[in-house]
Amino acid sequence: MSRQSFRLEGGGRIDRARALGFTFNGKRYQGYAGDTLASALLANGVHLVGRSFKYHRPRGILTAGVEEPNALVQLETGAHSQPNIRATQIELYDGLTATSINAWPNVKWDLMAVNNRLGRLLPAGFYYKTFMWPRSWWMTYEKAIRRAAGLGRAPEAADPDRYERQNIHCDVLVVGGGPAGLATALAAGRTGARVVLVDQLPELGGSLLDESAGTGEAWRQSAVAELAAMDEVTCLTRTVVTGYFDHNFLIACESVTDHLGHTGAQPHLPRLKLWRIRAGQVVLATGAFERAIGFKGNDLPGVMLAGAIGTYHARYAVTPGREAVFFTNNDTAYAPAMAMAAGGARVKVADVRTEPGAVADRARAVGIEVLPGHAVVSAAGHRKVRGVMVASLGAEGQVGDPRYLRCDLVGMSGGWSPAVHLFSQSGGKLAWRAADACFIPGVPAQTTRVVGRANGTIGLSALMAEAHAAGADAAKDAGFSGSGDAPTLESDQPEQAPLQPFWSVPAKPKSERKHFVDFQNDVTVGDVRLANREGYRSVEHLKRYTTLGMGTDQGKLGNVPGLALLAEMQGVTVPEVGTTTFRAPFTPLNFGAMAGRDVGEFMDPARRTPMHDLHDEAGAVFEDVGQWKRPFYYPQPGEGKDEAVNRECRAVRNAVGMLDATTLGKIDLQGPDVPALLNRIYTNAWSKLEVGRSRYGLMLGEDGMVIDDGVTSRLGENHFLMTTTTGNAARILGWLEEWLQTEWPELKVYANSVTEQYAVAVIAGPKARDLLGEVTDLDLSADEFPFMSWREGTVAGIPARVFRISFSGELSYEINVPANHGAALWGALMETGEKHGITPYGTEAMHVLRAEKGYIIVGQDTDGTVTPLDLGMDWIVSKNKDFLGKRSLTREDTARTDRKQLVGLLTDDPQAVLPEGGQVVEELQDRPPMTMIGHVTSSYYSANLGRSIALALIKDGRQRMGDTLHIPQPLGGPTLSATVTETVFIDPDGSRLNG
Amino acid sequence: MFLIECPWCGPRDETEFSYGGEAHIARPVGGGHDMTNAEWGHYVFHRTNPKGLHRERWVHSHGCRRWFNVVRDTVSHEFLLIYKPGEKPDLPALPKSPEPPDGPGR
Amino acid sequence: MAEPRRLSSLADEPAHVAAVEAGIVMRQAPLHAMVTLRGNAGDPVFLSGVREITGCDIPTDPCRAAMTTDHAVLWMGPDEWLVVAPPEAGTDLRQRLRDRLGDDRTAVVDVGDALAIISVGGPRARDLLAKGCTLDLHPRTFRPGHCANTLLAKAQVTLHQVDAAPTFSVFVSRSFAVYLWRWMLDAGLEYGVQVLQD
Repeated sequence: MSRQSFRLEGGGRIDRARALGFTFNGKRYQGYAGDTLASALLANGVHLVGRSFKYHRPRGILTAGVEEPNALVQLETGAHSQPNIRATQIELYDGLTATSINAWPNVKWDLMAVNNRLGRLLPAGFYYKTFMWPRSWWMTYEKAIRRAAGLGRAPEAADPDRYERQNIHCDVLVVGGGPAGLATALAAGRTGARVVLVDQLPELGGSLLDESAGTGEAWRQSAVAELAAMDEVTCLTRTVVTGYFDHNFLIACESVTDHLGHTGAQPHLPRLKLWRIRAGQVVLATGAFERAIGFKGNDLPGVMLAGAIGTYHARYAVTPGREAVFFTNNDTAYAPAMAMAAGGARVKVADVRTEPGAVADRARAVGIEVLPGHAVVSAAGHRKVRGVMVASLGAEGQVGDPRYLRCDLVGMSGGWSPAVHLFSQSGGKLAWRAADACFIPGVPAQTTRVVGRANGTIGLSALMAEAHAAGADAAKDAGFSGSGDAPTLESDQPEQAPLQPFWSVPAKPKSERKHFVDFQNDVTVGDVRLANREGYRSVEHLKRYTTLGMGTDQGKLGNVPGLALLAEMQGVTVPEVGTTTFRAPFTPLNFGAMAGRDVGEFMDPARRTPMHDLHDEAGAVFEDVGQWKRPFYYPQPGEGKDEAVNRECRAVRNAVGMLDATTLGKIDLQGPDVPALLNRIYTNAWSKLEVGRSRYGLMLGEDGMVIDDGVTSRLGENHFLMTTTTGNAARILGWLEEWLQTEWPELKVYANSVTEQYAVAVIAGPKARDLLGEVTDLDLSADEFPFMSWREGTVAGIPARVFRISFSGELSYEINVPANHGAALWGALMETGEKHGITPYGTEAMHVLRAEKGYIIVGQDTDGTVTPLDLGMDWIVSKNKDFLGKRSLTREDTARTDRKQLVGLLTDDPQAVLPEGGQVVEELQDRPPMTMIGHVTSSYYSANLGRSIALALIKDGRQRMGDTLHIPQPLGGPTLSATVTETVFIDPDGSRLNG
Repeated sequence: MFLIECPWCGPRDETEFSYGGEAHIARPVGGGHDMTNAEWGHYVFHRTNPKGLHRERWVHSHGCRRWFNVVRDTVSHEFLLIYKPGEKPDLPALPKSPEPPDGPGR
Repeated sequence: MAEPRRLSSLADEPAHVAAVEAGIVMRQAPLHAMVTLRGNAGDPVFLSGVREITGCDIPTDPCRAAMTTDHAVLWMGPDEWLVVAPPEAGTDLRQRLRDRLGDDRTAVVDVGDALAIISVGGPRARDLLAKGCTLDLHPRTFRPGHCANTLLAKAQVTLHQVDAAPTFSVFVSRSFAVYLWRWMLDAGLEYGVQVLQD
């Protein structure tokens, strides 16, 4: 196990009493509790952590946070494994295992690094230009490219961990727990408003965490304690807000146990929790990202952002090097430089500004050599920086003679970009601030405020005052007051000198191909220049042509420099080339967190009928009908689906079968105007339906197309019961309500769903009357209880409504009982029916039986383009009244006589069953294309007929009776031929159901 | 994800609602049997689909099951006005519904 | 012939008791008599009729419930209420309301078999519900006597806060009851669930 030779003797927020072992790329190391994987690696002197995406260049840790583009690792192995996780955000735990991604066979000896030598041949747009020809080779290219360019690997095993989603509401949401976020949350929290404060780190404090003592730390601790004591303030740490959507709806992902590693996780807790936040007011205190500067080899391991060096030094007590050169265009790089110098490192600063100001004097005072008007022009080294060339910069940008400086660390600072990502996601417009060369939030689109460095505010006192005011304002707009005074936190940083915009060292084209702008996607200054030269002059074109900002880091580092370089090349201002729009997610979002617990049995509700358990016991195979579980068929030992369905169909025609029809939609209609409503929504007439009688009806949309059908019965003078198809139950109730509420409010009708109130057992077959007669007090004679009527009585001692209607064409009773009695009813009928040969049948037999009778199923034999006339159901269309959709039936297109019409098809080979959906042709060709004149909508083997039957929608079908048509099966199987027939295959005169 | 103020139940998440298309398209009196095909087709199929303010219907389908009308900005998704059926508030100036090709509808 | 058994939709769901100290208490409420009542809240005859039968002043403010010791009337919509009564009221409840209110301007519909009631309470009850419900259940906005039709997980429910403990009654269509019961048990795993048996 390696020593932590780059760990400082004292300081930091790590717990030196808790040493943690971990493995990186197969080698064991040690770090401390409080480390990130990145800080622990740096403490062990490990800089080389991966290879770049395109050129496979060696890459090191560049940053200390969420913006890290290089240090992506595959965390853990097996089912728990996660790809592409930023080492800078992984909290170290004992036993952690990580490997570099994108390196083959290993990170030190990457065979793909040949791409680096070929870099000249792999410029921007290379994929588009080269692999376009020949087209047929693309598949080959693609496989090779994907293997070479792949990031991490998704685990192949099912994810064993729990993930949760949870909604949370607040008056004020504060994103970011740095000094500005804390001050905002305090100001809002003190008013009593409900505040949610979200921060991605394990501890609140943000940049204040870089001081382990002093006034900043004292204030941080008191602020955190005060917030913790407030009942209405919720602090979510280890939580990243990844999306900001309409109406102040935001998504945040919290690590609940993820940071413990799966060995430490408790099974009842989720790994991640996705928070769905609805906020009244939002305050963004998301800080700023430091920028890199373009110079040759600025991606070598050991070249880091200056601020990151400061963070590793202060927060983790790690010095990433012993001999450092800082390269900056602003004051902020001096603090980490001085911290390193104080720690005993040899430090030089190359500052592009000719007059860096007071900060340079203070640096010199602690022994730092400052080189004003100088730039780092290149970094040298193989897998680690070992020196840099620095040169003076002339007033016109000319580069002087370079000289070599030995170093093992380069800290660069190209200025700071406020983290405007969430503001941009919210719809807010960005504004360019030339003085600081950065985008700042402009006009908000929602009740959004931005404070602190995210708002471009510099200086701790100004930032705290701004944050306090925003917190108080936000609370006030939410109806709360009493924020108290703004905190005063004196900064020991004096006034800053202005930054000098500087994006990349002037250099020859060959060199610029090694000046990296987007480190993750290997986009260089040379690529930007090439894109500009080739005419990709707007930022949106630049992004797509070069892939700038399109990596998993979404260009947190590279977007602004890329844009600024493009503007510079065109000699225009940055806003003139455009601003980028940031989209969700801010950081990559785990799929498990998105799915939450919507997996397995909770993916979709399984709706069960009251008889469900009895079907289960009877061995039913279930079919999903919408969310319902319906018995599909009931196989007996040795039976497959076909045998079971054939047996069930024969039983219904020859004895008696029983079907669970509970799922049919049932709508209770009450009020004096129900007949008027029915007249308007059904195609047929309803006024004269007598109490005790039932009638079949068809509903159309205003476009004249069939939307539903069913039987409606008159229960009383002002009381009706409508049935709908299973899948349309909610939709049809909504349809009635829509018309009643918005168009016909004068109709006195109340519509209520009673689908769930009644369990329905259908008994059908020639023995149905005998069976029912044994268990009911009703008179079942055909005169007393004719077809299309209903009666109220008891069945098996249970109060019931019995409807004599039929979807099978047999003598049939639909018995409705209160749902809590459904299982009892089913059990009693099975028991009594045994001697009659009762056979439970499922939905497949139901489908076959109705097809034998030519009864349609809306949604199967219709598809939203079918009128009643197309179905041959002219008989149900009233000529004497208006109804929804009637006018459409005489539109030119719907009135055509050669539309697709429902007909029967009988195959020449009676044992061949046509494929449902099969296309029907009149004239066979050797191969497609052939003119298709319709398709098969329903097709079954009918055991009762001893042959197959089918329904089809065929163009001009009724004029084709007796014609032979063909159904090719291009995906396999012989072409079948069939004769066009009427749609009723059994008992066309209806004697079975009327008997 | 919208937060929609049901006129009865108050602010609720968008998931509780269903969208009902453009508002104030009255069904022609008598069922349009004296309309031309073009006029009827206009009623059934044509909608304004504006960029900007839009009068539209929503129903609180998983709540109180009531239909209501709103004026929504289709760009910003701001709900400017929410009112019950039958209410006739002062509507902001909105783009006009296009007329059918061969004359005004009835 | 077997004596007809009346079964709730959750009759056979097993009880789970988590190892963690329970932050959630769940219970399958016994069968109740329930009717959906439709009518005009502006009609004094309607209001007095309902008061006479249920003892409750019908709530005319949206999302409010009225309760007596044995009856509850929940607002479901501007012309719709759910009346909950002890099981022995049975179909008699509908008949008495029907007889009192008439059938030309009101509707009374039995839904006692259509709905299951799950009672959920305990210090973490709001957190459990928040996992599947977008309503703001904070005591400042949702209190005892409030009710709402909403979505919980993927089921449409009526949520009624019964007391400040807090205890909630979750009314759900019977076909969703098993799904929802299991979903709630699973959602409560984090907090520990105690299932009470009657």
